[in-house]
Amino acid sequence: MNNEIAVRFDGITKAFGSKVVANKDVTFDIYKGEILSLLGENGSGKTTLMNMLAGIYYPDKGKIFINGEEAVITSPHDAFRYKIGMIHQHFKLVDVFSAAQNIVLGIKDEKYNIKKASARIGEIAKKYGFIIDPNKKIHEMSVSEKQTVEIIKVLYRGADILVLDEPTAVLTPQEIEKLFVILRNMRRDGKTIIIITHKLNEVMEISDRVAILRKGEYVGTVETSRTSEKALTEMMVGQKIELNIDRSEPKNSEDRLIIKNITYKNREGVLVLDDVSFTARSGEILGVAGISGSGQKELLETIAGLIKPDGGDIIFHNPKKDKPVTLFHKTLKQVKELAVKGCFHYPDGSPVNLSGISDKQIKRLIDEEKIIFNEDEIMDLRNKTPLQIRELGVRLSFVPEDRLGMGLVGNMDIVDNMMLRSYRKGNPIFVDRKKPSDLADKIISELQVVTPSSHTPIRRLSGGNVQKVLVGREISYAPKVLMAAYPVRGLDINSSYAIYNLLTKQKENGAAVIFVGEDLDVLLSLCDRIIVISGGQITGVLDGRTANKEEVGLLMTKHSKEVETND
Amino acid sequence: MGDYIVHIVTAIGVGIVFLYGCLGEILTEKSGHLNLGIPGIMCMGAAGGCYGVSVYMGTLSNNAEPSWFLLLFISIILAALFACIGGLIYAFLTVSLRCNQNVTGLAITTFGSGFAEYVMSMVKSNEGTEFAIAKLKFKASLPFAGNLGWFGQIFLSHGFLVYFAIVLAILMWFTLKKTRIGLNLCAVGENPATADAAGINVTAYKYVAILVGSAIVGVGGLFYVMDSNNGSWENASTLLAYGWLAIALVIFAVWKPNFAILGSILFGIFYIAPNAIKGIDLATMKIFKIFPYLITVIVLIFTSVFDSKNAQPPAGLGLTYFREDR
Ligand SMILES: Nc1ncnc2c1ncn2[C@@H]1O[C@H](COP(=O)(O)OP(=O)(O)OP(=O)(O)O)[C@@H](O)[C@H]1O
Ligand SMILES: [Mg+2]
Repeated sequence: MNNEIAVRFDGITKAFGSKVVANKDVTFDIYKGEILSLLGENGSGKTTLMNMLAGIYYPDKGKIFINGEEAVITSPHDAFRYKIGMIHQHFKLVDVFSAAQNIVLGIKDEKYNIKKASARIGEIAKKYGFIIDPNKKIHEMSVSEKQTVEIIKVLYRGADILVLDEPTAVLTPQEIEKLFVILRNMRRDGKTIIIITHKLNEVMEISDRVAILRKGEYVGTVETSRTSEKALTEMMVGQKIELNIDRSEPKNSEDRLIIKNITYKNREGVLVLDDVSFTARSGEILGVAGISGSGQKELLETIAGLIKPDGGDIIFHNPKKDKPVTLFHKTLKQVKELAVKGCFHYPDGSPVNLSGISDKQIKRLIDEEKIIFNEDEIMDLRNKTPLQIRELGVRLSFVPEDRLGMGLVGNMDIVDNMMLRSYRKGNPIFVDRKKPSDLADKIISELQVVTPSSHTPIRRLSGGNVQKVLVGREISYAPKVLMAAYPVRGLDINSSYAIYNLLTKQKENGAAVIFVGEDLDVLLSLCDRIIVISGGQITGVLDGRTANKEEVGLLMTKHSKEVETND
Repeated sequence: MGDYIVHIVTAIGVGIVFLYGCLGEILTEKSGHLNLGIPGIMCMGAAGGCYGVSVYMGTLSNNAEPSWFLLLFISIILAALFACIGGLIYAFLTVSLRCNQNVTGLAITTFGSGFAEYVMSMVKSNEGTEFAIAKLKFKASLPFAGNLGWFGQIFLSHGFLVYFAIVLAILMWFTLKKTRIGLNLCAVGENPATADAAGINVTAYKYVAILVGSAIVGVGGLFYVMDSNNGSWENASTLLAYGWLAIALVIFAVWKPNFAILGSILFGIFYIAPNAIKGIDLATMKIFKIFPYLITVIVLIFTSVFDSKNAQPPAGLGLTYFREDR
């Protein structure tokens, strides 16, 4: 690494509207041939600052110098001229085009010839160690393949300064390793790399220096070798904070959800879930560990009723003991049948006998909450619609790769997005905005969502803040079973811990929490029990308090069935 | 036999009006803009073209033979220019001011038909003989077409603008498929943010696509009056009907100019069928009018059932784009 300066930000200020100042007087240097991590909480203005380098935004005040000369970057095209290329947090690719078409898109000084371009793409791939098929269409690609296309796209244009905005958020640990190898190859080739990531271990592993932003302002730059994760966190947050998970002992734990021999084949005929059985208990966090794509997503979607399994049972113990029956969950006929079986008692404790009572009277008894369950209800969720399952209190907070595609509506504000979940409640014609609005305010303050107000369209928020709104809403409905998949993806470390604590709170309130995570350290310090899934099979059930990382890691790559059938 | 050939020739004449409208709209939609102003713009083009015809004919002394080239050249240019007025209003409102495309388009259609009626009321006063002479020039076919029997009648008996439309369609297909400009334009329509980040001038591409598209549609209007309707202008509403069908044809042709050629002739056949088939009652005739829309719906169903990525509208169709918004 030399000390030539590749990029200098000089007093950069950028505001959106009158309320949001995304960057305020940011001044710092980036050296040639280094890998610099840009660190900061959600909404601290990292993406905005980099967008100004890439010509997407133009600074309100301040100057950018590239290789010592002042650069006026008013459009992405200008950025290319200064050999700057950015890989955006949300990929910028045309779905119906092939990789090669996307890569040559917009290049002016070259004849349009896909064959020649493909050959050059092959050369670049070979030089840095990518694997890519230039003729494959983007919509047929996995996330990591798309990212490869994005990186090659900027290299193809001869970029010397590469900006990667949260490139690892959507990758598996293996893919991240491969990416880092490539980044190191590029550094060896003299390229300057700026990488944004919230995962401190990655910061420590890949970068030479770390620059830190806090609430839009530049805090400082430190050399990675002379700092620690703890010190970085403090610089980022601006105060000493204790980041630990307070794991309480499960109380009154009961079986809540029993999964028996679930199998599921996807549309391509691949066996995604293979004879999966486990039990989730109330008052407990059950961790699901596994290499991403091992069937976690399908498992949760099966429980939520979004996909129909090919075999197996999902038994739900509905905690109905001593609670009145309602006509919302049961038809009158079902109530009568259950009464014959002796499932109910009256408030005074005497058994319910409905023979000889008219339907009208029964209905009245139900309305007056006089017919009460003796025991918890046991039901099979396999025959229920997603809506019925929801009403039973099974909530899936699935944090998809594309946050705005599933779960939230980008053009609506936070309050309206809250209402998407509660619209069935209350008056059937007029909407009640009071409660969703209170909820929105609560989420904003509890999770520290950075937003001008609860009436800002969701798409204007920074990536991490969008996430907080989604997770906050899902958790808020006091679910009986809460399933969360990768809920902290893209969240800064502070908010991640806020989410962990919220999950713990749900468990203390008696919910059965199922948590799919990728960070083993977190799984081990958060969960009471951990199941490990590998290739669609459960390869182990461990106690979260005694298990260690190596044990889990080993199970994650083990294929139990294969071993058995081979003997 | 003879009857059929006459009908097919008429159907082609009608179909080419659709083809012009459809090509213009495909080009516009490829840039991500759904222009519902096409029917109105077609009327404006017709009016401009007719104005051109009447201006040129006015310069001739009595009984002088009009020049084929000058007549077509002047009227085509004016048709394109007048249509571009509509296109420019649409482009300014939807691209620069980012107004809602549907509302703007419908407004343009209303405006365009009124505009055309107004211009035509001025042109019309001396329309009769001028148009009758001019139309012959528009319909002038290759000299030897008459000697080649049914083949000549179907394929060679048409006026210049018919072949022009087909060449245009092929040219457009080639440009979209094989050239960098086509690739860039498709990118703009599919995902403007991506195109922008790739260094493509999104606004310029949108303006050019909308304006060229409008010009093509305008020539279609001229073709309608001078060729397919035999040199007579009845009123704007007949032409508006052609415009709406042209938009349906875009969907039928799944946004592909080469498919549009065959599609337009099929639509033409449906359009003239009720008058061509003898002895059917009014109700049946009306049912025929539904057919083009019906088969368009069927195409829509097919493309969505088979989930064909190649037969989808541009992903950014109807969305406004502003770089600093997200
Ligand atoms: N186009 C925009 N319009 C309005 N506000 C915006 C826009 N872009 C960003 N902001 C606001 O600017 C602030 C900084 O956003 P930015 O995306 O730069 O954060 P970030 O550091 O990248 O956060 P994250 O880690 O969550 O991605 C946020 O408060 C965000 O809401
Ligand atoms: Mg960001």
